Amino acid sequence: MADSNNVKEQPVSRRNFLKNSGLVLGSLVVGGVAGSLLRKPEPPAQPAAPPPAADYNQALMFFTPEQFKVVDAACERIYPEDELGPGAKALGAAYFIDHQLAGDWGFNAREYMQAPFFPGEITQGYQGRLKRREIFDIGLQEMNNYSNSTHGKRFYELPPEQQDAVLKAFETDELKLTTISASTFFNMLRASTIEGVYADPLYGGNKNMDGWKMKNFPGNQMAYTQLIDKPEFVKMAPLSLRDHQQH
Amino acid sequence: MAKKLPKVDVVIVGVGWGGGIIASELTKQGLTVVGLERGKERKTEDYFMVHDELRYALRYEMMQDLSKETITFRSKMNIRALPMRSYGSFLIGTGLGGAGIHWNGQTFRFLPYDFEIRSKTIERYGAKKIPEGMTIQDWGITYDQLEPYFDKFEKMAGIAGEENPLGGKRSSPYPIPPMRTTPSMKMFADAAKKKNLHPYILPSANLSQAYTNPDGVARAACQYCGFCERFGCEYGAKADPVVTVIPVAKKTGKFEIRTHSHVRRILHTGNKATGVLYTDVTTGEEFEQPADIVVMTSYVFNNARILLMSKLGKPYDPATGKGVIGKNYAYQVMRGGAVGFFDDKEFNNFAGAGSLGMCLDDYNGDNFDHSDLKFIHGANIAVTQTGFRPIGTNKVPPGTPSWGKDFKAASIKYTNRFISVGAQGASMPFRQHFLDLDPTYKDAFGDPLMRITYDFVDQDRELAAFCADKCAEIVKEMGANEKLEINRKLGPYDITPYQSTHNTGGVIMGASPETSAVNNYLQMWDAENVFVVGASAFAHNSGYNPTGTMGALSYRAAEGILKYRKSAGGMLV
Repeated sequence: MADSNNVKEQPVSRRNFLKNSGLVLGSLVVGGVAGSLLRKPEPPAQPAAPPPAADYNQALMFFTPEQFKVVDAACERIYPEDELGPGAKALGAAYFIDHQLAGDWGFNAREYMQAPFFPGEITQGYQGRLKRREIFDIGLQEMNNYSNSTHGKRFYELPPEQQDAVLKAFETDELKLTTISASTFFNMLRASTIEGVYADPLYGGNKNMDGWKMKNFPGNQMAYTQLIDKPEFVKMAPLSLRDHQQH
Repeated sequence: MAKKLPKVDVVIVGVGWGGGIIASELTKQGLTVVGLERGKERKTEDYFMVHDELRYALRYEMMQDLSKETITFRSKMNIRALPMRSYGSFLIGTGLGGAGIHWNGQTFRFLPYDFEIRSKTIERYGAKKIPEGMTIQDWGITYDQLEPYFDKFEKMAGIAGEENPLGGKRSSPYPIPPMRTTPSMKMFADAAKKKNLHPYILPSANLSQAYTNPDGVARAACQYCGFCERFGCEYGAKADPVVTVIPVAKKTGKFEIRTHSHVRRILHTGNKATGVLYTDVTTGEEFEQPADIVVMTSYVFNNARILLMSKLGKPYDPATGKGVIGKNYAYQVMRGGAVGFFDDKEFNNFAGAGSLGMCLDDYNGDNFDHSDLKFIHGANIAVTQTGFRPIGTNKVPPGTPSWGKDFKAASIKYTNRFISVGAQGASMPFRQHFLDLDPTYKDAFGDPLMRITYDFVDQDRELAAFCADKCAEIVKEMGANEKLEINRKLGPYDITPYQSTHNTGGVIMGASPETSAVNNYLQMWDAENVFVVGASAFAHNSGYNPTGTMGALSYRAAEGILKYRKSAGGMLV
């Protein structure tokens, strides 16, 4: 490093970069960071179209990239893209879930988690010792395991119909897990997908308020006095909490 | 060793509706009052970002932190009670204003029948109408006696409404006109009238217009923004203790509020209270607050729990039916309704107010003949427009899958195309339903949690099925004939789905110390300088939201406390 200033800058070839980084792996390249280094360079951007601003919210706080792929694919089956508009994937529902699991909700911080733990009646509610983030860890692993054992591929590699079949198996407790029930996990996944689709965009989902737009939900309006007793349906562009902040 | 503070006239435990009303009435008369509130301070400005469904409705921002304190539940005595680890069935408030902040504002008066339920049932149907184990009793006060206090509460809060054609007599009309009539409310009223029923606009604590109350508190009108239940009101338009009674008490200079102060015991010498013991939750320090009069004004569960932990009053024993603290816990039967899906109509379902709706009492109380029915009492039937929010409301016609393409399409299509007519069923007390201290589970201070033993019974199931049919008839008349969901079946009581935060009983009022914990001034029979204010005093729960009746009883209790203060002590009744 000390004498780098004295060296004439040379274009760094991919091969040289990898060699210098100690990342030459022969013909087998695993995933993760190393794999991403082997992508072809992007063609130069057209100067006429400025690149869209990066969404800095879309980075992982809890999931591993592998877990994220499973969640992202599963959310999309629960709330798919169709002629009505975007699905959970484009709306960022999986990022929403990731961010929620990283905080209080994932740690069950405001819930009674003290021992002793006893199995109870269904009507007594959840009585496990696992936190939501642990339930997701187990559930996602089991989704891949089940996908592998029944279809020979990981969940996100399956075609949509087979993904639906896996989700259905979880929903109906067709498979038995040891520490949680498959349907408990499925219900949590379903509920948090809906949250990610329709919560205020400040939480990382409902991108561009497109979830609300599909549903004609106007978001954060100050007043509806002007329409409350009107017979006709009123469509309006939604406002988010961020819009409210700027007032 | 607790630090002993200077004595005050009155200490109140919990600063919600009950505490706020007691404080304002007593300080106006010159008494010094200290209010101990375990939660935090609250102001209207706190709700600048309140239109956040996730934070408030799904993550329970305004509610008690269950990691510190919850309740345990079992359906019957022979199974183990387990803690309510996360929210579901009902929501417990905390902080200044308590559950009075996150309510909807539906402010009914219970029916004259309610206060004399046992006498009136026997009078009309004979004693055999009351099934084995149903512990209904008269409340030790009549509707006519309580009427002036209802009137006072309504004028303080600014209730918008029109007279219930089947309700008790009123000494004066509601202080402000009813809320506006939405298309679905009009459809409900038209359908009900065709069936010779008696619809009227829900009495509302969401102001229909700007209002100045008799205490001089001026508030703005409701904007129908659709964020009432589980939310605080950013406009101050929804009556709550923070924008009505608490400022009145503070203005006297006689009311001191100590937030973050968690009361753990009522201290007493024999049958006379000397004050309360509390912990400052921010420092862990313990304090003794001596007072001439102790007023319990916390939620149902803590009113009963603190009495039991303080060994004040006789605990209820379900084996003998004797004892009173914990007796007659009741709830609400929210099953029994119908949902209509309208392919050709779209409603502004996103707009609304917590107490916007049209209702009727033709099937409530004893307003209809029960001779051939296997239940007593009934339900208020209503269509409400509280503002449907997108996460919580994904109503789809029966048979639609709960996820996937078809779910998405149906939930988007019908979100503004459905109308739900619901029944709020009365809950009768039974000998086997009660509150006591849990033997196993503790709160953050090591004190036992409140234990609920409760289940739905045949009476509730009959009521739900009856109401569902009545609701379905109305929805059909409103024009929903093709796609209809009728909810007739009531399963076992399940603590997981949200139903209602209308928990009642445990420290009930009545005419005799044998069968009740407090008299009709809410003064404890077993401790003359302790008053227990709240829906804990209800001897059963009616087919209504409880706050109106709870508010009336609070004004009655305030009058009793002032009387007690002026007299040389002793029982007021």
